Amino acid sequence: MQRTTTVIIGAGQSGLAMSKELSGRNVDHLLLERGKLANSWRTDRWDSLRLLTPNWMNGLPGAPYEGTDHDDFMDCAELIWRFEKAAAAINAPIMAETSVICVTPHWSGYLVQTDQGAILCKSVVLATGATARANRPTFADAIPDGIRQLTPLDYKNPTDLGRGKVLVVGASSSGAQIAREIQLSGRDVLLSVGEHVRVPRKYRDADILMWMELTGRWSETYTVVDDLDRHRRLPSMQLAGGMEDAAIDLNALQDLGIELVGRMAGVNGRMGFFSGSLANMCALADLKLNRLLKGFDDWVELTGLTDCIEPAYRLVPTCLPAAPRLSIDLVAEGIGTIVWATGYRPDFHYLDMPVFDAKCRIRHDGGVIGCGLYVLGLPFLRRRKSTFIDGAEDDARDLASHLVAALDQSSAA
Amino acid sequence: MTYQTEIKADNGVDTEALMGARGAFSQMPEAAAFTFRSDCTWIEGTYSSNNLNGYFGLGQEHMRKQTYKIESDHPEVFHAADRAPTPPEIVLAALASCLIGGVASVAQHRGIQLNSVRAIVEGDVDVRGILGMDPDLRNGFSAIRVKFEVDANASDEDIAAIVAQSQKRSAVFDILTNPTNVQVTCA
Repeated sequence: MQRTTTVIIGAGQSGLAMSKELSGRNVDHLLLERGKLANSWRTDRWDSLRLLTPNWMNGLPGAPYEGTDHDDFMDCAELIWRFEKAAAAINAPIMAETSVICVTPHWSGYLVQTDQGAILCKSVVLATGATARANRPTFADAIPDGIRQLTPLDYKNPTDLGRGKVLVVGASSSGAQIAREIQLSGRDVLLSVGEHVRVPRKYRDADILMWMELTGRWSETYTVVDDLDRHRRLPSMQLAGGMEDAAIDLNALQDLGIELVGRMAGVNGRMGFFSGSLANMCALADLKLNRLLKGFDDWVELTGLTDCIEPAYRLVPTCLPAAPRLSIDLVAEGIGTIVWATGYRPDFHYLDMPVFDAKCRIRHDGGVIGCGLYVLGLPFLRRRKSTFIDGAEDDARDLASHLVAALDQSSAA
Repeated sequence: MTYQTEIKADNGVDTEALMGARGAFSQMPEAAAFTFRSDCTWIEGTYSSNNLNGYFGLGQEHMRKQTYKIESDHPEVFHAADRAPTPPEIVLAALASCLIGGVASVAQHRGIQLNSVRAIVEGDVDVRGILGMDPDLRNGFSAIRVKFEVDANASDEDIAAIVAQSQKRSAVFDILTNPTNVQVTCA
């Protein structure tokens, strides 16, 4: 049986960040990865995906971004290459091709059972990310046979899809990007739109994430926001990387010929039903967008930069069809594929411990689950940026300090 | 978001109690399961009368201060005696009341004083549907429009945000915009 002080599960940006922090604090640890380093970036992404964050935000632990295209958006291949560089730079003790089967409490620590044998340790860091599984509504099981169902985790490119129209359910970052790509491939797309967060890629001469950073929103912490639970449930910003200035908002998607329908509400036989709330979903998104932009404008005013920056403006409100369709015969309509872009959830099936709430979400306080158990990379874990490449390092630093203090305490006891 | 909290708004909604209920229900979600009822009796023709009183919630039965009555009939153009509003009109009224209640609550929560609120609701229906003349026409409303007139100590954007939020949290808006399984049986 192997022994170490800390086991980190998952070698992505969070796992590497924690490894770097623990090495810096001389904590003996192992980094378990079910496949190769950055596995989900290799296997669970569609072909054309570029990071949503510009390169200046895409530095990795031990390997800050040193390229010259600061405002560009890298693809997964480049990110993986950078991951390899980062892992080598910090000498991360990675055990690749090692799947965790079960984690159970064992004396004053944990027994981590893997398909490569068991490991005894004092503390465990869960770094398998927020997007390990794709959500599908319960009525997905009732979709007529013959309609192929995909999620953003198994969708690769439009040529995979065969003929037929495509219903994309969900208009956040993944759904909006996938809908656009499929429509541009010559297939007709219907996009089902629920609650979404509309933001432009650029505003007043700068990337939207630069504005988030400048105005302090990006690093805002979980202890200061109102109604943390709501912030943790927010859909992803409707953003795409590397499409020049091509927007993926609902106006741009409709200009390409995509038909909008409301949030998908259910299926009965061949009929799909869509909520009549589309107008309000768009009104809410437009109002929130304008409040966000006003926050940026206020900052410009306050810092006295008004004369150096492009004047304030507002985006065209979301235009909607007069009467979006409420029910569609999926078979008669010729829907060949449905893509469920209805969000993601983490996967902690290997945790055999009472650490989940009634909705099977892991209970934690800023990543501290308790008794030497930690989690990283969940939405607004400690900061608004917690799920981004850019957010891993700060969270890992905070949690590593907590982890070391807890170790010192237990060895003193 | 910043809202004007220096001026204490009073729209007659106890939002602190509502926030307290949120806390209590997160500890005890089963207490949040409510069942509402209406007891409707045919009088004559298309004329009927609902009695509304008891409901289940917080784990037990409750009685109201009094039994409320909602009557319904049809207008003379449908060869009825026009003794009360039609059922679809009652649905429009329910939507308006639900949204207005939401506007008051959200405004209170955001510290915005309301001076007056009015909602004018319209629903379009092609009655050939209910007369069974064209299977392609639905029985219910093909479209519903709600126009709010709100006078409050807030900007137009803040008022629009309150109205949008009230739709997001409205029971009747949800009932009208999303399908519901309805089971009808005979005793």
